[in-house]
Amino acid sequence: MIERTVQILANERVADQYFRLVLRAPEIAPLVQPGQFAHVRILRLKEALLRRPFSIFQVEGDTFSILYKQVGKGTEVLAQMAPGETLSAIAPLGKGFAVPPPGGETPLLVAGGYGMAAMYLLAKRSPQKGIVFVGGRRQVDILCADDFRELGWEVRIATEDGSLGSKGLVTQPLRAELERTTAGRRLYACGPTPMLRAVGLLAEEFRVPAELSMDEHMCCGVGVCLACVIRVKSGDGWEYQRTCTEGPVFDARQIVWEGQP
Amino acid sequence: MNLSVQLGSLQMQNPVTVASGTFGYGVEYAQLLDLNRLGAVTVKGIRLNPVRGNPTPRTVEVTSGMLNAIGLQGPGVDGFIEKYWPFLRSLNVPTIINIWGTSVEEYAEVARRFDAVEGVGALELNVSCPNIKEGGAQFGTDVNLLRQVVSACRQATRLPLITKLSPNVPNIASFARAAAEAGSDALSVTNSVPAMAIDSETRRPRLANVTGGLTGPCIKPIALKLVWEAARAVRIPIVGMGGIQTATDAIEFLVAGATAVAVGTANFYEPQTAFQVLAGLQEYMERHRMTDVRELTGSLRAGP
Ligand SMILES: Cc1cc2nc3c(=O)[nH]c(=O)nc-3n(C[C@H](O)[C@H](O)[C@H](O)COP(=O)(O)OP(=O)(O)OC[C@H]3O[C@@H](n4cnc5c(N)ncnc54)[C@H](O)[C@@H]3O)c2cc1C
Ligand SMILES: Cc1cc2nc3c(=O)[nH]c(=O)nc-3n(C[C@H](O)[C@H](O)[C@H](O)COP(=O)(O)O)c2cc1C
Ligand code: FES
Repeated sequence: MIERTVQILANERVADQYFRLVLRAPEIAPLVQPGQFAHVRILRLKEALLRRPFSIFQVEGDTFSILYKQVGKGTEVLAQMAPGETLSAIAPLGKGFAVPPPGGETPLLVAGGYGMAAMYLLAKRSPQKGIVFVGGRRQVDILCADDFRELGWEVRIATEDGSLGSKGLVTQPLRAELERTTAGRRLYACGPTPMLRAVGLLAEEFRVPAELSMDEHMCCGVGVCLACVIRVKSGDGWEYQRTCTEGPVFDARQIVWEGQP
Repeated sequence: MNLSVQLGSLQMQNPVTVASGTFGYGVEYAQLLDLNRLGAVTVKGIRLNPVRGNPTPRTVEVTSGMLNAIGLQGPGVDGFIEKYWPFLRSLNVPTIINIWGTSVEEYAEVARRFDAVEGVGALELNVSCPNIKEGGAQFGTDVNLLRQVVSACRQATRLPLITKLSPNVPNIASFARAAAEAGSDALSVTNSVPAMAIDSETRRPRLANVTGGLTGPCIKPIALKLVWEAARAVRIPIVGMGGIQTATDAIEFLVAGATAVAVGTANFYEPQTAFQVLAGLQEYMERHRMTDVRELTGSLRAGP
């Protein structure tokens, strides 16, 4: 974990509301593990003070990139920033995905929307190539499928409106695949919370291990404020753990979901 | 140039500490910051037993600030001593331990427990957390209860006591006096300001706890006035806090009557803030030809 002023090298629209931001960060880039995030301060945002957390998408040489969706105040300003401008980043943060060892499990990745960003480094560093299941509302919500194909991974797409791939939720093709076989497989997921929960349920039903990257609102990003907690099993009960520090990646079996006792 | 200050018998090498709850237990920031450059480390509130805290969402960003209702999640006295004290003890700067309870007896018990721990810098009595159903704020908004809490802690320990006052009172001077008379060595002013935020689309509160505490730059003018009023009422030193993000902010608190300052919410967006404040303070003193930071305390001039 280090804090650095990072320079924007590129900030381009990928599709619709999605942008790819490339940052020069020679000291941060080599430290990044799959599933970790950067906590970014957009200095131009004057009255919205907090940093914004973003998964680290790709790492190349002395740069890392972020794939972000324009959703609110911070990402709107970010989308207007130009190469040469700077941001402050605290990174890499959090506990990421466990990369399977050579000859170990075959990863099945499940992503929704910008959740794809958190998955790329895992796909790149996994010794076994697996399958990526990507879901979204429409065709434009399916991001960077080609980046995964270039790594030699199979990509299976589902859109809710059927504009690309199969029609429906991403958990449907995932279920079909798990029905075929579960042996030697491990699930990894990042996306909206309902999707993560559905993946967690499938993992339980098919008895496959699953690692989920949780999305919670954060303030400090480094474990001091206790804003970002989720309920995690502990002893015969549960305790709050910090998404920024003990997570964002949690073992699906450990998570106590909303509405569960 | 002298930057050192004293809060009772607590010696600080400089007047800049951090606000409880915004700096964890220090260790979390150790990778990013040289903690030994602070005046003191102030840790998150501790009561006797572990506390789970409130459901989420616990925080929400608002214009120039944020709301929180963490609910004082914490490891309890034993958990704190086991997990965090060895690290804090190893620092060269003192630790201020923020404590609370749900009864006068519990406050005193926590104070007694820390009295037996070697090396504690001071205890800060949090009588003003707005996010706890029982205890917390009521001790800070009832002057008689406040007096009882401070006296009970005074009897339980010889450690320096810093009473952290609530902003949510009509007349902070009487609370400041009550704390001083009951044996407090210093005051912290101020805690977060009770507030709420609503999502107009869903018509739901933005915090699971419905209400929370407002902090950050938006509360600075409120906090400054409270420090000024408290400083005129008592002779014990005051730790000023509320929205400090620059040296200028900190100097305003000193001028209003604070002896030391604490950086809170700003840590979340800029962990280096305390050091920036310290550097700016030194630069200001040079520019104004001051040799002792204590010259600033309470130096407010009359008239606009
Ligand atoms: C571990 C992690 C990884 C993430 N990775 C990505 C990513 O790779 N790409 C991407 O586009 N987004 C990602 N997000 C979500 C991203 O943080 C939010 O979209 C962003 O903070 C929105 O900021 P804003 O100012 O545009 O929105 P606003 O709605 O104006 O923000 C207001 C406040 O709410 C917070 N907030 C709003 N939405 C979210 C959210 N979904 N999650 C967390 N905080 C939120 C903001 O940080 C801010 O404090 C990630 C979130 C987490 C926790
Ligand atoms: C997330 C959060 C947690 C806090 N926890 C505590 C606490 O445990 N005990 C306490 O006395 N004050 C607590 N506070 C209040 C701060 O110590 C400080 O008084 C307040 O935030 C005002 O300063 P600021 O505007 O610089 O943040 C907390 C504040 C925040 C934002
Ligand atoms: S964001 Fe502060 S503890 Fe996780």
